Amino acid sequence: MTDSSPETRFRRMQDLPSTHLLGTGTSMCAGCGGLGAFREFYEVLGKGSIVVNAAGCMSLLATYPYTPFRGSWLYTAMASAPAGAQGVRDALDILRAKGRLTPEEDLRVAVLTGDGAASGMGLSATSAAIDRGLDFIYLCYDNEGYGNTGQQTSPTTPHGARTATDRGPRGNPGLKKDLFAVWAANRPTYVATVIAAEPVDLARKIEKAKSLRGPRLLLALAPCPPGWGFDPRDSIEIGRLAVRTGVWPLREYVDGKVVHTKSYHPRRPVEEYLVRQRRFAHLFEPRRDDATLAEIQRAVDDYWAAVE
Amino acid sequence: MSRALLTGNAAAAWGARLANVDYVPAFPITPQTEIIETLAGWIAKSELDARAVILESEHSMLTAAGAAAATGVRVFTATSSQGLLYAMEMLYAVAGWRAPFVLVNVSRAVAAPITLESDHTDVLAARDCGFLQLHAATCQEVVDLVLLAYRTAEDPRVRLPALVNLDGFLLSFTREPVDLPDAEAARRFVGEFAPGAVSFRASRPTSQAVAVLGGGPYSYFRYEMHRALQGAAEVFAEASAAFAGVTGRAYDAVETYRADDAEVALFLIGSLSTTAKDAVDRLRASGVRAGLVRPRLLRPFPRESLRRALAGKSAVAVLDQDLSLGMGGVLHSELAGALCGVPGAPLLASFIGGLGGRNVGVGELVAIAEEAREAARRGTAPEPRLLYTESELREVRKLQAIALGERHELETSHD
Repeated sequence: MTDSSPETRFRRMQDLPSTHLLGTGTSMCAGCGGLGAFREFYEVLGKGSIVVNAAGCMSLLATYPYTPFRGSWLYTAMASAPAGAQGVRDALDILRAKGRLTPEEDLRVAVLTGDGAASGMGLSATSAAIDRGLDFIYLCYDNEGYGNTGQQTSPTTPHGARTATDRGPRGNPGLKKDLFAVWAANRPTYVATVIAAEPVDLARKIEKAKSLRGPRLLLALAPCPPGWGFDPRDSIEIGRLAVRTGVWPLREYVDGKVVHTKSYHPRRPVEEYLVRQRRFAHLFEPRRDDATLAEIQRAVDDYWAAVE
Repeated sequence: MSRALLTGNAAAAWGARLANVDYVPAFPITPQTEIIETLAGWIAKSELDARAVILESEHSMLTAAGAAAATGVRVFTATSSQGLLYAMEMLYAVAGWRAPFVLVNVSRAVAAPITLESDHTDVLAARDCGFLQLHAATCQEVVDLVLLAYRTAEDPRVRLPALVNLDGFLLSFTREPVDLPDAEAARRFVGEFAPGAVSFRASRPTSQAVAVLGGGPYSYFRYEMHRALQGAAEVFAEASAAFAGVTGRAYDAVETYRADDAEVALFLIGSLSTTAKDAVDRLRASGVRAGLVRPRLLRPFPRESLRRALAGKSAVAVLDQDLSLGMGGVLHSELAGALCGVPGAPLLASFIGGLGGRNVGVGELVAIAEEAREAARRGTAPEPRLLYTESELREVRKLQAIALGERHELETSHD
C-alpha cells in the first residue's frame, strides 16, 4: 500500500483513536458494519459536533431518554437530513457573525444516513447542499438495501442479490447505483469510499475530510449480518473480502480527480466474497449459476481495467 | 409609525423585517414569491441583517427552518399550496421540535386540476400539525399577525411554530393602506429570540427529536404539544393586549361585526370577511338582524370565544372556501364540534364557495344568510350546498364543447 497522505497521524492500527466517544449499548445489530464505520467517524469528528440524521437503522441510536452521543444529534426525516444540516450551519454562522456565539461553542456539522435515504429520496437534498457549498461532512452507511425495514431492494442493492422484495431465482435484476460517482459529479470538496474493515484508510479519510471545508462526503460499505445473511462475527472478514475482491474500491475524489487509496494485487475471486453471504446463496445452490457469477466478476474486472 | 400602500405579500415581508428575523430559508412558488424576493432585496441592501438561502424544495425549506430555529435564530419562511403540501411531513415533524418560527402561507387551491388562485384547502390541510394558525383579512392584519405570531410562538408557555395565512391574489397582490409599526416599538414588542432549552452548543450537547419506544412516552409528548397549543389562546390574548398598547390595534381571536344582537350570523375566514361586512349591512338595511363572526385564530381553535360569540343566535351560515372531499366544509364540521352539546346552540347551514378563486359576492352571502334563517324557522338544517350559478355552469359547458369539438376535429382529420 502506498502512503498517499504523509501528514497523517494515522499510520497503523495503534494510532487509531480509542476515546470511545460513542457510547455502547445501542440498539444496533451485533456485527453492524455501519456502526463500526460510524464509531470511528465519530471519534475523529470529535464531540464538538452535531450529527443530523435521516430515517434509517441509526435513527434508533438515540432513543429517549438515552443517547450514545457526547455531542449533539438531530433527527429530521428520511429525505432532508442535508437540509437540516444547512439550517444548523446557517444558524451557527449567523450567531457567530452577530456575536451571539463564541468560537468555542461552534459545532462541526455532520450528516448520517443510510444508503436508502442517500441514493433515493435524499439525493436531491444532498445534491442541493453540494450546490450551495454547504460546509458539512456526510457519512452514508451503505448496507445495500432498506435495512431497517428488513432488507428490501434499494438503488444501491448489488446485481443478483436476493432481498426481501427480490426473492426470485436471479435476485435483484438492477445494478448498484454508483453513489460515489453521483456525488463526485456534483463537484464537492471531497468524496471518499471507506469501510470499517480498513480502519487506517477510514481514519485517514475522515481526518482529511475534517481538515477541509465545504461539502465532504464519505460512503461506507456496511456489511449487514441480518440483511446479507452471515454470522455477526464475520462482519470484518466480509468487509475485508469486499475490498480484496475489488467489489468495494477504496477511492477518493479531491480537486476534481479520483484516486484509489488502497488496492490489493492480485484481487481475490469475487466468488469468495459472495459465497459467504446468504443473499447470494442462490448463485451456488442447488446449482451453480455460472452465468451470473461470471457477469458479476466481469463487472468488477471491467471497473479495475478502466482505472488501473 | 408610518403609512404605506402595500400588497399583502409586501406586508408579510414587512412583518418579518419588523420582527428582525435572522434567517429566511426560501423556495419560490406563486403567489408567495414576492415575499421572499422582497426580503432578499432588503438583505442585499443591508436594510435587514439576515441571511436568505434558497433551498431545493419546500420539504427541505421547512427542515432548514426548524433546524435553524432549534439552533437558536429567529426564522421566517413562506410558501403556498403545493409547496405547503410538499412540506407537510416536516410541518408535523418540526412542530415536535418545539422550536418556534413563523411560516406565512399565501393560500392557493391545490391540484388537480392545478390552478394559481386562492382557496383554503391548502392551509386547512395543515390544521392538525401543531402549528398555531392565524388568518388575516386585510394587509394591515398581515403585518400585525406576523408580529403577534412571533411573540405568541416564542412565549415559553407555547414554543411552537406559527402559520399566518393570507389569501392569494385577494390579499397577496392587492394594495391596501397599511400602518407600519415603528421599528423600535416592533423590536421591543417581539423581543429578543430566546432559544430556551432548545439550542445546539458545544458546551451543551443535546439530542433533539429522538425516537421514543411505546405509546406512553409518545402520548406524553403529543399531549404536551396539544396543551401548549391550547394555552396559546391565552398567550395570544395577552400579546394582543400588549400590541394594542403599542399600536392601538387590538386583535381578538374571533372578530365579530354587528353580531351582538344578531339572529343570523355569517361564519367564514380570511379576506372574504370584508365582503361579508357589506352583506351584513345590506341584510340589516332590509330588516334582517345579521352579523359576522370571523375567527382569526384557527389553531388553537377558539371554542369558548365562538360559543360566546354565537350564543343566542338562531342560525349560522358557514361559508367554507375549502372542500374536504367526501365530507364537506372543514369550518362547518369544526364549528359543529365546538357547538355540540351547547344548550340552545344555533342551527348550522353549510355552504361551499370560493374554490380556486371563484368569486363570492355580496348577493350570494345575503342569500346564504337568508337561507340559514329560513332553515332555523323550519327547525331543520338544510343539506350542505355547493355554491354554483347557472352562468358558471354555462361557461364550463362552453369550454367542454370547445374541447369535444377540437377532439372531434382531430380525430376526423386523421381519417
